[in-house]
Amino acid sequence: MKKLSKVIGASILTVGCLLTLPAKAAEVPSTINWTIPFGVGGGTDVWARFIAPHLTKNIEGNPTVVIKNQPGGGSITGTNLFYQRAKSNGEDILGTSASTLYPFMLGDKRVRYNFDKWIPLMASPTGGVVYVQPDLGVSSANDIAKLNGVTLPFGSQSPTGLELPVFLAFEMLGLDIKPVFGMKSRGAGRLAFERGEAKIDFQTSSAYMNSVLDLVQNNKAVPLFSLGILNAEGKIVRDPAFPDLPTFEEVYAKKYGKEPSGMEYTAYKKFLAAGFAFQKVIFIPADTPSDVMKEYQTGIQKMLKDPAFIKDSEVQIGPYENVMGIDAAQYLSEAVTVSPELYSWISNWLKTKFDYKL
Amino acid sequence: MIEFLSALDQIMSMTHMVYLISGVLVGLVVGIIPGLGGIAGMSLLLPFLYGMEPSVGLGMLMGLVAVIPTGDTFTSVLMGIPGSSSSQATVMDGFPLAKKGQAARALSAAFLSSMIGGVVGAIVLSVFILVARPVVLAFSSAELFMLTLLGLSVVAALSGGNVFKGLAACGFGLLIGAIGGAPATGEFRFTLGIDYLYDGIPLVVVGLGIFALPEIISLLVQNRAIASSPNKLGHGLKQGFKDVFANLPLVGKSSVFGSLIGAIPGLGGSVVDWMTYSFAINSSKDSSQFGKGDIRGVIAPESANNACASGSMIPTILFGVPGSGSAAVFLGGMLLLGIQPGVSMISTHLDLTYTIIWSLALANILGALFCICFTRPISLLTYIKFSVLTPIILTLILFAAYQATRSLGDFILLGVVAALGVMMKGANWPRPAFLIGFVLSSGAENYFFQSIQFYGYSWFTRPGVIIIAALIIIGFVLPPILKKKKLKDKPEQLKDEAEEKNFKTVSWADWAIIATLAISGTYALINVWDMSTLTKAFPIIAIAIVLLSVIMIIRNYIKVPHAKTAAELTPHLIYIVGFFGIAYCYYLFGFISTTFVFSLLFLRFIAQATYVKSTTIAVCLVIFLVTIGRVMNVDFPEGLFDPYLLSTIKTFI
Repeated sequence: MKKLSKVIGASILTVGCLLTLPAKAAEVPSTINWTIPFGVGGGTDVWARFIAPHLTKNIEGNPTVVIKNQPGGGSITGTNLFYQRAKSNGEDILGTSASTLYPFMLGDKRVRYNFDKWIPLMASPTGGVVYVQPDLGVSSANDIAKLNGVTLPFGSQSPTGLELPVFLAFEMLGLDIKPVFGMKSRGAGRLAFERGEAKIDFQTSSAYMNSVLDLVQNNKAVPLFSLGILNAEGKIVRDPAFPDLPTFEEVYAKKYGKEPSGMEYTAYKKFLAAGFAFQKVIFIPADTPSDVMKEYQTGIQKMLKDPAFIKDSEVQIGPYENVMGIDAAQYLSEAVTVSPELYSWISNWLKTKFDYKL
Repeated sequence: MIEFLSALDQIMSMTHMVYLISGVLVGLVVGIIPGLGGIAGMSLLLPFLYGMEPSVGLGMLMGLVAVIPTGDTFTSVLMGIPGSSSSQATVMDGFPLAKKGQAARALSAAFLSSMIGGVVGAIVLSVFILVARPVVLAFSSAELFMLTLLGLSVVAALSGGNVFKGLAACGFGLLIGAIGGAPATGEFRFTLGIDYLYDGIPLVVVGLGIFALPEIISLLVQNRAIASSPNKLGHGLKQGFKDVFANLPLVGKSSVFGSLIGAIPGLGGSVVDWMTYSFAINSSKDSSQFGKGDIRGVIAPESANNACASGSMIPTILFGVPGSGSAAVFLGGMLLLGIQPGVSMISTHLDLTYTIIWSLALANILGALFCICFTRPISLLTYIKFSVLTPIILTLILFAAYQATRSLGDFILLGVVAALGVMMKGANWPRPAFLIGFVLSSGAENYFFQSIQFYGYSWFTRPGVIIIAALIIIGFVLPPILKKKKLKDKPEQLKDEAEEKNFKTVSWADWAIIATLAISGTYALINVWDMSTLTKAFPIIAIAIVLLSVIMIIRNYIKVPHAKTAAELTPHLIYIVGFFGIAYCYYLFGFISTTFVFSLLFLRFIAQATYVKSTTIAVCLVIFLVTIGRVMNVDFPEGLFDPYLLSTIKTFI
């Protein structure tokens, strides 16, 4: 994994060096194929389709952006294909989600891709909120002690899905969670909560704002805490979308009188960073000519400052800052690096907790 | 009420109508082409969608989603290829009708029922949406599990007299459906280490392999036109309409049922056509013609699938949880238009909801009218010698299969399933039973474990569960009672039927299927034996059904004397081998290049068409594929030659 950060570092260096050379005639092709390894209408697809026209508008020469959906294997299939086949003339880019990073970090044997061949152009973060049924007698995270010893069914997709860090947080807080797997999406999990089957649930920021706030206002759900977001110094702080909600760390400190620590917390932070700070990433093959890369970067920089984009982004992504360039590359390489100790800890945890073999 | 009428006013505006009609046209085209569904249509419309006025954009999307189950009837009836997964049951009687030279009748009946179904669905939607929230929430995992059981219980009606064959086929479907990740644990089962199998087997490929290819092969073996007997009903359009009006109660019941099933997220459109189909069988006094060309077998599923598309808007709009595949696409479109689904859709955005409903009704009417206009000329296709159509149909099937996961695996699986399909057809095993088992497999397993985990074992005391259980029992008890009544009325006729059934045969194809089932079942048992309980419980139930039924069938063969017949399947199996070869060529040399060369050679030397005719058809196919590829952003296997071919075409245009 160290190799990865080295390579990304090296490629950024190379890019930097090449920039000083006299410019070649290479430019962004008139048609960009943007591979999305998920089906049409899903979260990542909608995110890409929202960004695509802004890319066209801001990249020099206004290239047409064509979205190619290649679903399968929870994004592994399409990403593998991109790894094998993508052209490095700037024609091909890739959009990924947490479910592309997690299998890589967990060493899924179907994964044939490796992030050392790609450079992240931009990353869109998200946050998330945990909420419970009002009939549990909890009105905020201050009452979390009331949940001791209460069995809480939780509708979930799979042990290694986006809920992985959330499971870790539940365990650190000493909650007795009964996972019910096989939910088709987080939306299906929310439906189980609305039916009263699930006692606790979790949604990412935009889903929470769109579908759960109504429930909260009608006293059908009580928010407990947010997962917070990573600031520029790598610290977890309150989510700007939910400034009134404490972070997991605050709730932990209040309950136990100390900061969370240990292997469990390391794992939590790791998967939180990869799954949430890098929820959605645009990648480009690392050996794309530097002029083309530069045009992409300038275009994206322009896009991030474009008021029209910022306004749309508030609606589609939430009040989060999209990161780009070297920042993104560094954080990402750190985020997906799983040390051997951590790996063996997490695989052991999945085995004992969910009887799930990595 | 004001919103209701102002929404009507809005969709009658020029802009709205133009976009709605363009949505309808795209929906019809993607519906007609097998393998393409809402997703392909969306990729065509989405670029226009961004930044559009929400009500106009919704109208266009609705036009697209609403008419897919209308257009997909064409290939189901005319060629026996399900145009999309929601019209698989239509093939059962629609295609036999086409063979009798009554394609126009079947089609016009189908379109009129689709129209009525769609409009009924829209009415149900407009009334129901205001009160639907608690109803949808009442359907928990336990009720959903019972609904999958209700779906499975129709297997009895579809078994065509031999219950054990039906059970074995259904169990095998359940087992095949269990390939891939176990819903309760995420562990992978029966993957044989092949990446393709990790995601489970795609429904499109199974549908094409079990129905379409075997039909095509047997037509090819006989080499005549699809319509074997001359049409005695004129062009049949009027007859089709008359049939619908004669069966209005069936249309009404199927439509309401379809929209309700659509409204419950989790079951989806691929089941509803089978459920209504078996309902039609159970509720009719004389069910002997089903599967041989009974018009009611077309009317029931076609009313239901359009209604289902309407009903599936309820969970999509109210909860943001799509009720079907197309609804998922529609949901994505809503989000792009900046509309958030949820309760606000019936409070602050009620006008948009009514726009959706009006567009839905209008799109269904327009779509059916367009289709009826084309029915006569298109149904003439059934009078063409079949070998001329073969390359076109084969290309369409391969195209459809490849859209499932876009890998060589789709072709291989298609061939394997087709081999099974050919044998099942030859030895008279109920193929729908297999398909129903397959379709319901993942739902049955998933909802069973979820209900146990949420409720323990107290879930079967829930009122909803008891009601559905009662429905299932009625479904089992009523038909025998009806039959007894019939026996009293007309004893002689039934005796004849019974005697006919007593003539029992067995062929080597029967034994081949039995061997396949027994070996797969045993292998599966060994494979899951060491896995965790939650992973293996469901497959073991499926395996038990398969193995016990197989034992009962064999016992039956030994106990009751069966006449040995030779299943004349050798030419069929040779065609299957040929299919593998050709499919591999499509993959290896490039889809478009092979289409051209194969059609040309096949038409000239096997179908004995003239050079001019062969070349014209081959060129038209290439133009069709290139256009679809361009416009709808569809991928083909590139192979060795396609890149050159495409760049040559590009320089000419």
